[in-house]
Amino acid sequence: MIPRIAALALTTALTIPAMAQARPVTLAARLTNYGGDGAYLAFYLTDAKGNYVKTIYMAGGRPRYYRHLGDWMRLSNGDYRGLSGITGASIGSGGLLQVTVDVADSLIDAGYTLHIDAAAQNFREMPSEITMPFTSANANQVQTSRGYIHAFAYNM
Amino acid sequence: MLRRLHRYAGLVAAIFVSFLALSGAVLSVVPALNRAATPAVSSTETVAQLAGRVAAAYPSIDQIRRMPSGQIVAYYYDGNTPVASVVDPATGKAVSDYSPQPFVRWMTELHRSLFLGDNGRIATALGAAAMLLLTVSGMTMLARRMGGWRQFFGRARGPGVQRLHIVLGRFAVAGLMLSATTSLYLTAVIFGFVSDGNPMYPPPPPTVDGGTPLPVADLTALQDIRIPQLRELTFPYQGDPTDVFTVTTATGDGSIDQATGQWLNFTDHGLAGRAYEWVYALHTGAGLWWLGLILGAMALTVPVMGVSGAIVWARRQSTRPKIAHNSGASHADTIILVGSEGGATWTFARTLHDALVAGGHKVHTAAMDSLAAQYPVAERMIVMAATYGDGAAPASARGFLKRVNEVAAPTFPVAILAFGDRQFPKFCEYAVEVEDALARAGWRCLMPTRQIDRQSSQDFAAWGTALGQVLGEPLDLVHQPVLPRTQGLQLIERVDYGAEVQAPTAILRFALPHSSLWARLTGRGFPRFAAGDLVGVVPHGSPLPRYYSLASSMRDGILEICVSKHPGGLCSAQLHDLQPGDSIDAFIKANPDFRPRRGRTPVILIAAGTGVGPLAGFIRANTAARDMHLYFGGRDPQSDFLYHRELETWLQDRRLTRLTTAFSRVGERTYVQHRIREDAAALRDLIGQGAQIMVCGGREMAAGVMEALADVLAPVGLAPATLKAQGRYAEDVY
Repeated sequence: MIPRIAALALTTALTIPAMAQARPVTLAARLTNYGGDGAYLAFYLTDAKGNYVKTIYMAGGRPRYYRHLGDWMRLSNGDYRGLSGITGASIGSGGLLQVTVDVADSLIDAGYTLHIDAAAQNFREMPSEITMPFTSANANQVQTSRGYIHAFAYNM
Repeated sequence: MLRRLHRYAGLVAAIFVSFLALSGAVLSVVPALNRAATPAVSSTETVAQLAGRVAAAYPSIDQIRRMPSGQIVAYYYDGNTPVASVVDPATGKAVSDYSPQPFVRWMTELHRSLFLGDNGRIATALGAAAMLLLTVSGMTMLARRMGGWRQFFGRARGPGVQRLHIVLGRFAVAGLMLSATTSLYLTAVIFGFVSDGNPMYPPPPPTVDGGTPLPVADLTALQDIRIPQLRELTFPYQGDPTDVFTVTTATGDGSIDQATGQWLNFTDHGLAGRAYEWVYALHTGAGLWWLGLILGAMALTVPVMGVSGAIVWARRQSTRPKIAHNSGASHADTIILVGSEGGATWTFARTLHDALVAGGHKVHTAAMDSLAAQYPVAERMIVMAATYGDGAAPASARGFLKRVNEVAAPTFPVAILAFGDRQFPKFCEYAVEVEDALARAGWRCLMPTRQIDRQSSQDFAAWGTALGQVLGEPLDLVHQPVLPRTQGLQLIERVDYGAEVQAPTAILRFALPHSSLWARLTGRGFPRFAAGDLVGVVPHGSPLPRYYSLASSMRDGILEICVSKHPGGLCSAQLHDLQPGDSIDAFIKANPDFRPRRGRTPVILIAAGTGVGPLAGFIRANTAARDMHLYFGGRDPQSDFLYHRELETWLQDRRLTRLTTAFSRVGERTYVQHRIREDAAALRDLIGQGAQIMVCGGREMAAGVMEALADVLAPVGLAPATLKAQGRYAEDVY
């Protein structure tokens, strides 16, 4: 009996702090009516020196096309492994992406920049179509762009 | 096995494969349309020249791409608006907006995935696999049917629908195989089973010079790339001296230093890259617009192939009786192979099959063409072979003799049962050939070959008794001939000839039975027929039909035959007794090999007596006034000059070019053979123009005509046999 409670206490002690260190972040992007096939979007963070830190979400399931997300590919050196569990479908023309991902607290307000690379078949490649400081202060601040993304915001 | 594969793949996939083919055919015109809208590209100009012009026209340039269609597309900004334009490489200026056309995009998506994403792609890949299976099995079957791959493009025989299936299949098979194979390859690339040569990871970041950027036209590396080799050129971020040009070419990708103009790195895409580009072009026709159009035309045949294939299958079902308890080839003790033209031999096979199954045997009955390489547990084989026409192999045995040489002689013995008609000089000739071939190949004989004359049930029963003795068990074969469904035909008119010369002959005209639309759609209406086809008449007092050549076509609105009264002839006597209003029971049997060939080449028609019937039908249908020469032989122009008045009319309206007659009871007492020898020079001339010869009449007359023609043709090094092989000498002999 006692060892079981001890084990429970131990696991709880380990998991609760881990959960406490991540927070759900909702990404919301409305695309323009560019009139093509589904767009691929990579959401990732770089540090102050411009070095790749981590991908937080990838819209588009075929790794074969990731080379068209030029900055993501170059900066992350093809971080396919880092995409496990955070990959979803590509987003159609005029479509809405709304997805919630868990982001470690240590990545927020840490001087990191959020990049969004976008591309669609037969259309322009837009590496770093949006870049913005990834801070809690920037949450709910709507960003617009001249590429695929009509409007983007995250909240946490 | 092969036929079954072809049939089931065809029946299951016909609609889906047709859909894929039709949507592909629509897309096949896109490359040709694109080409019309694509400014010409000089093949000697370099990417440096092109990029220089575009950068001069649009300083905000991001990227230049050369599309598979050959179009050059520039991506740049107009103020703050991103723009994509097709540019003229000669000027670097935009000629039109670049936007993938919505209809083409929609059609492409439908064609490759039915808007169902990965599941749709898997479905279309399965469709392509079915297509591949159908083409390969179809080609192999055709090669067997034609008697080998070398005869693959020989003259297609058989009923119209089957010929259509063969002719279209041969036309389209190469393109369909190409489209199906490339489709599977592209799907494998999409799903990552096959590489397209693009590296999965970027090269290590290069160390850049960082100096003052050169104008793009001065980059040495770009000066070495010709425009047709370009795939993509991405410009560096403006004002960032650490950024690079990235280039993808036909052979690989790399980056170029904007200050030195030299390559910083280059990754060759290797064979996989080149293969992918080729496969993509071969499938889509992008950059190969003429191939696209050819493939599209070939794809259009697919629905027709589906429908004609289904009709051939349905007809086969109706002529070939259903065999109950048909064991597989691999676990039957007795194998029955059937060589049948019209289906009659199949009904005998079924009687034998049923009797053997009732005796406890496991029996496998199949067409002779389906001869398998092995029958692991078989103890005996029975080959039931009919003879078609003048000693030819019947429809279901065309490739049998070749197949015999490909398989090892079995350990079990074989018996041959020959079906034929003693009226033909080469009675059971094909079965004799089979027997010789099997003996040469070292097959053992189960019992002596027996011949069945004119579907005689008695002969068959006697053979069954003999087989029973060999097997050591009683075998009672009671054969009930199955006739095609007959319909009543009512006589509306008769014209009598020849009574004065002891050759009573009548031209009989029957009304066509009325078929409802429903009956026609369900295949139960009166079948279509043309002059030269046969009508089978079942006389009272005999179950066996007698066949007469048709002298009219369906579109004439009547069914016309020409019948002479034979002494003691059961059927001809009954027909001669008919008065307008009376009816007979009859059915149509196609005779597609006795018909004028398509085209405008002359036709030489030779007939004696009632043989003129089908030839008159051909002339009547000759409204296009093609050259037709008729040689007609009778006894007395006053008495048995059949179709006398009609022939006069047809000469006047040019349906008939020339009429030559020979009468055996008056004047010089001549036969058509004499006239042929007299006209030797003119006939050689006609045959030199590609004329086809069609002979219809009695056996002796046909032999005499062939002999005369052999003499006529000898000086120019031709022989009737040569013309026969070319399909230019057709006989309908009785």
